[in-house]
Amino acid sequence: MKTLSKITKNIRSKNAGPFWVTVDLFFKDKGSFFYACKNISNEEVSNILKIKSNHLKRFDIENLKVIKFSFPRKNIQGSRLDRDMHGASFAILFEKLSV
Amino acid sequence: MNKKIVKILVPAGALGIPFDKNALINGIKQKPDLIAIDGGSTDSGPYYLGSGKSKYSYSTTKRDWSILMEMRAKAKVPLLIGTAGTCGTKSSVEWMLKITKEIAKENKEKLKIVTLKTDLSNEFVLEKYKSGKIRPLEGAPKINEDIINNCTNIVALAGVEQIQKAINTNADIIIAGRSTDTALIASLPIYHGLNIGSAWHGAKIAECGALSTNNPNSGVVLLEFDYNGFTITPMCKNTKATPQTVFAHMLYENADPYILLEPGGYLDVSNAKYKKHKKNSVRVEGSKWFNKNPYTLKLEGARLVGFQTISIVLIRDPHYVKNIDKWINKLKNSFYKKTKNIILFDVRLELRIVGKDATLGNLEPLTINNNEVAVMAIFTANSQEKANDSAKLLNPDLLHLALTKNEPMPTFAFPFSPPEIDKGPLFEFCFHHVIEVDNPINFFQLEFHNT
Repeated sequence: MKTLSKITKNIRSKNAGPFWVTVDLFFKDKGSFFYACKNISNEEVSNILKIKSNHLKRFDIENLKVIKFSFPRKNIQGSRLDRDMHGASFAILFEKLSV
Repeated sequence: MNKKIVKILVPAGALGIPFDKNALINGIKQKPDLIAIDGGSTDSGPYYLGSGKSKYSYSTTKRDWSILMEMRAKAKVPLLIGTAGTCGTKSSVEWMLKITKEIAKENKEKLKIVTLKTDLSNEFVLEKYKSGKIRPLEGAPKINEDIINNCTNIVALAGVEQIQKAINTNADIIIAGRSTDTALIASLPIYHGLNIGSAWHGAKIAECGALSTNNPNSGVVLLEFDYNGFTITPMCKNTKATPQTVFAHMLYENADPYILLEPGGYLDVSNAKYKKHKKNSVRVEGSKWFNKNPYTLKLEGARLVGFQTISIVLIRDPHYVKNIDKWINKLKNSFYKKTKNIILFDVRLELRIVGKDATLGNLEPLTINNNEVAVMAIFTANSQEKANDSAKLLNPDLLHLALTKNEPMPTFAFPFSPPEIDKGPLFEFCFHHVIEVDNPINFFQLEFHNT
């Protein structure tokens, strides 16, 4: 078991328009990337985000050693209940994820 | 006559973001056919579209724009800005036009300016909604007639058909309302019959300026388009684009890194090949464009949903920090009890605990033992007066509310006087939809201005 922060160079999250958030996991090397591809489950990711797993889009991009997750945001960007305009803090949730 | 190569100089990711002036001068030496920049997007939230105002100030925008106008005069090519004034409403196009005329007057420049406004009236959108011509994209919120009627601004994002029409007027400066960032760059190569997929793809790569290079803050990049692909070259010294930095830019702010939905169709970059070119450049080929029928433009709109006042109180007493959740509940109950039977009954209060979970809310996995927390009380009402009255009503509790009757009355820290701040109107984005358009080229009107 490893945490994602140990095997990634960078984890970032960002709004992708007002209705979506996207998270990019940049892995240190191909080994870490393939390890993560096998061991990160969409269910676990959906759990930390408290969303339904069928709302999660996932792209495993070998050339960039990146796994990308995108999901519709629960509160529209900048609406009354939104807390994070640019969705930047979702990345934090991934750092401690065990794989 | 059609050009075999079209060169576009992009000074920065948006007007207002810093760029390296020497890099810009270097870019002008490459003899671009057009200087293109965008003036904003929805990135900073709904306030700008809701209010029709710019995120950047008049004076700093004027300073940056005057540099670009100076470069345009040197290069003797058109200067194009889209999504003028952050949100691209007619008010922000007019604001940008005012700045442009003022600079021209100061420099005694004779200029032909064309503006392209992309606002849609509520009535027009409502009629299209009723006739089924407005369709949701994935993840769209529900809309209805009331929501459409309550929008303070609705814009459609211009595509290449509308931007090309503006460029074809031979204006010196083109100020466009809301446009897709990519259409601003893709229009000219597509007009000259060059590779359509590459035009859109190159535009996407350069729309954030030098963010697709190893030196994002340098801003300036040059794009060269031809029949088979595009080449991107950073204009700042010691700056490199690499196949990695360029491909990686497809990830940025995109829910899907391969498919990009644009006016009239979509771009598919799944088979694009990125190759190192010369010293600092990257060459990309293999991007594909697919037309979609009927032709659609994306809509953006923001509606007024209320007015807000916020109060902030700092809690340093260890007993209260430890029992902050209990205190918050008590505060909330007290507020709703006080407002229940008066005019403030429909005011909504949120209490966010800064230092605990203000950022992530119920997603926060950690328990933090802090020596202090701040409580941010957010009041949302249907008038500013009611929001402010509510904050005043809660003021004594924020300052003195005791956890139980058996303890001495506490006093917390107000960081300023008064502790409440009127935040103004609250807007909400309401469209993630497209509108079907029968006649794309004539969908918006151009206006001509001379200085």
